[in-house]
Amino acid sequence: MNTLKSFLRGLGIAVLIALSVTLWIMLPWPLLFALAVLLGVWMLLTRSGRQASSATWIGVSTIGQRLGASSVIVVGIAGVVGVLVALLAMGEGLTKTLRSTGDTSTAIILRGGATAELSSGLGREDVTLIGQLPGILRDAEGKPIASPELVVVANLPKKSTGSDANVEVRGIGPQAWALRPNVKIVEGRAFTPGLREMVVGKGARAQFAGLDPGTEINLNNQQWTIVGMFESGDAHESELLGDVDTVAAAYRRTGGYQSMTVRLTSPESLDELKAAIATDPRLKVDAKTTLDYYTAQSENLSKVIRVVGITIAVIMAIGAIFGALNTMYAAVATRAREIATLRAIGFRAPPVIVSVMLETMLLALAGGVLGGLIAWLIFDNYSVSTLGANFSQVVFQFSVSPQLLSNGLKWALAIGFIGGLLPALRAARLPVTTALRES
Amino acid sequence: MKYFHLIWAALFRRKARTILTLLSVMAAFLLFGLLDAVRVAFNAGSDAAGVDRMIVSSRFSIIQSLPQSLLPRIEAVPGVNTVTWANWFGGYYKEPKNQGFNIAIAPNFFDVHPEMTVTPEVREAFQRTRTGAVIGEALANRFGWKTGDKVVVTGAIFPDKATGETTWTFDMVGTFTVKEEKLRGMEQQLFFRWDYFDEANAYGSGEVGWIIVKVDDPDQSDSVARAIDAISANSDHETKTQTEQAFNLSFAKQLGDIGLIVSAIMAAVFFTLLLLTGNTMAQAVRERIPELATLKTMGFSDRSVLGLVFAEAVLLIVLGGVLGLGLVALILPGVSAASGGMLQLPPVGAGTWGVGIAMMVVIGVLVGVLPALRAMRLKIVDALAGR
Repeated sequence: MNTLKSFLRGLGIAVLIALSVTLWIMLPWPLLFALAVLLGVWMLLTRSGRQASSATWIGVSTIGQRLGASSVIVVGIAGVVGVLVALLAMGEGLTKTLRSTGDTSTAIILRGGATAELSSGLGREDVTLIGQLPGILRDAEGKPIASPELVVVANLPKKSTGSDANVEVRGIGPQAWALRPNVKIVEGRAFTPGLREMVVGKGARAQFAGLDPGTEINLNNQQWTIVGMFESGDAHESELLGDVDTVAAAYRRTGGYQSMTVRLTSPESLDELKAAIATDPRLKVDAKTTLDYYTAQSENLSKVIRVVGITIAVIMAIGAIFGALNTMYAAVATRAREIATLRAIGFRAPPVIVSVMLETMLLALAGGVLGGLIAWLIFDNYSVSTLGANFSQVVFQFSVSPQLLSNGLKWALAIGFIGGLLPALRAARLPVTTALRES
Repeated sequence: MKYFHLIWAALFRRKARTILTLLSVMAAFLLFGLLDAVRVAFNAGSDAAGVDRMIVSSRFSIIQSLPQSLLPRIEAVPGVNTVTWANWFGGYYKEPKNQGFNIAIAPNFFDVHPEMTVTPEVREAFQRTRTGAVIGEALANRFGWKTGDKVVVTGAIFPDKATGETTWTFDMVGTFTVKEEKLRGMEQQLFFRWDYFDEANAYGSGEVGWIIVKVDDPDQSDSVARAIDAISANSDHETKTQTEQAFNLSFAKQLGDIGLIVSAIMAAVFFTLLLLTGNTMAQAVRERIPELATLKTMGFSDRSVLGLVFAEAVLLIVLGGVLGLGLVALILPGVSAASGGMLQLPPVGAGTWGVGIAMMVVIGVLVGVLPALRAMRLKIVDALAGR
């Protein structure tokens, strides 16, 4: 009978924990805030609430005496939150960089079925045909605002490792500057079409050696001059930009281009453009907004990063929960007499439970803040690069957003909740008489 | 060893605390095992690359191809045993997310890559069928392809000369397998005939993506590489010859510094672990001061008390660590299976066990050192009196 009872109680607690953690993660912040206010009101206004607050105060004020043990909770949870925030910030940074590269007012046209520019190809006649289609914005002279482009990959030594890595070299048409107004020359000047000149993106310059404006580089065994640096705040910063026909000649790609980016008359005119493409039997191409194109590029990798990050954080969280349980059980055991005394002078069980839980969650909160702060200090805007869809390095920055930090805090509080619940229940169930007698 | 019973009893003196600590240690080493498997999978290509193979590719860019005319000239270089070649093809199956590793290969490709097992019947069928494809077993299982099926590859870089379409259809003639588990990732490739590719693609013929050279003596690799690169020096198709290991490593490196990320995470985890178990041990010793004093009274030397506490700390970590790594060994095949063949994690290798156990012992010693010293310096009189 007794075993059945304790088994049922254990089961009940497990279900309660699972339910409350699920609720917790789903709960939006305003509700959480309301909950905290409610707790505060309860602690201030009711009798049992005041008991809880004074019991908590006793616990918190003696943390100093248990500094080593308490720091286990803080550091353990700081580790979980730090790693979680850092890994998710990496995924978020990648998504943000690629997504901001595209928008809905420009479209990219690739060969049918191609998923990246590198596996695409457009003939010169295709480019002429596409330029005449409806839905594309025209300038004052009636010419379509469109840039036929060519992406090639060059081998250059990376600064960090000294070994060769792939850098993306993009040949752009004369209208490209109007298509991408966010690309701004911040140092030197723009390249002159027809000459072997390039401008380097800020990210590419930071990652690769010898790309400073004014230097000469060897691309496909020909000398090119870097004449300037540009900033764009998106994935293009990882590239070198040059004149499309000069790049094509240098790489012996005079047969055609790889993609064409056009400015749409309005975001809705993409359908018009697509319909026109479908009705022309000479064109075997797909059009999509640049936003869709670049979002799709980051999708896979950022999903992998998110899954890996959460898996690692869950395993670490489990370890941290055991650490917290250990510490709080020890805390309850060393304070058994105090707690028993409180019970003896009339404190009821709920205030005792709340006080132990609150103490754990305060420590957890401290850990969460510490971990988030460390992740933010070290990793916010930390620049890394990986192999992108075009087989070349994409530079992006970790992005530690307030959203991520608040999620990290939620994790910390959830760990504190689980780690505090069982020791709190034990504290409430301490048999008063034996606990008082224990030395 | 005769004190093992004593150490064991001390360890489980407080069951709840020891079990909670063990579980945290397990979690830490579970993470270590999983992350190390990922790291090994990433470096597998370079670790197990044929030591006698070198890759000749364009010096300027990975996307530049090389003229076929280089092949006989490379073959003539002293020290070169066999020359074979391949072309990257790209494309996906059914949906863009199923990116494929489709490669056009020369007839003697499998001779130079003995790690891939192909039955003579399959090779014979491959020779007979112009549009044939030999597919890694893992890849075939992932998409349910059987010998005789038509495999459609969409969105390749190369359009078909006749149709202008980038959709190619191959006839599966059989599978190849890779025996070594570490290299199972190689089974995600599809190989088809280079002569078919060369003739049917619209981008011109006579170009090869990269050349694989088998050398007679791996120690001569450097001089052979220099001789090969000298052939095309100052031409518009200069080559870069490197060992297969270096070639594969340069790819893994470009994906990102996996090793650095793994070490950073593990540093955070182990630091926490150190603090946690250190605290547990300190508590355990503090509680047992009278008992330790009793031991000393009975004649245990200072040194053996030191040893007892040290052994307890190391045992605690090693026990948890071995359980954690054992758990990794159990679940890794499951993880690979659950990913539907996307992820091929190698089993826990001797290297991981070695590093893992070394880490356990080091952490155990670090954790034990302060409590053990404290136990050693106990003065019997004070300890018994509870001062």
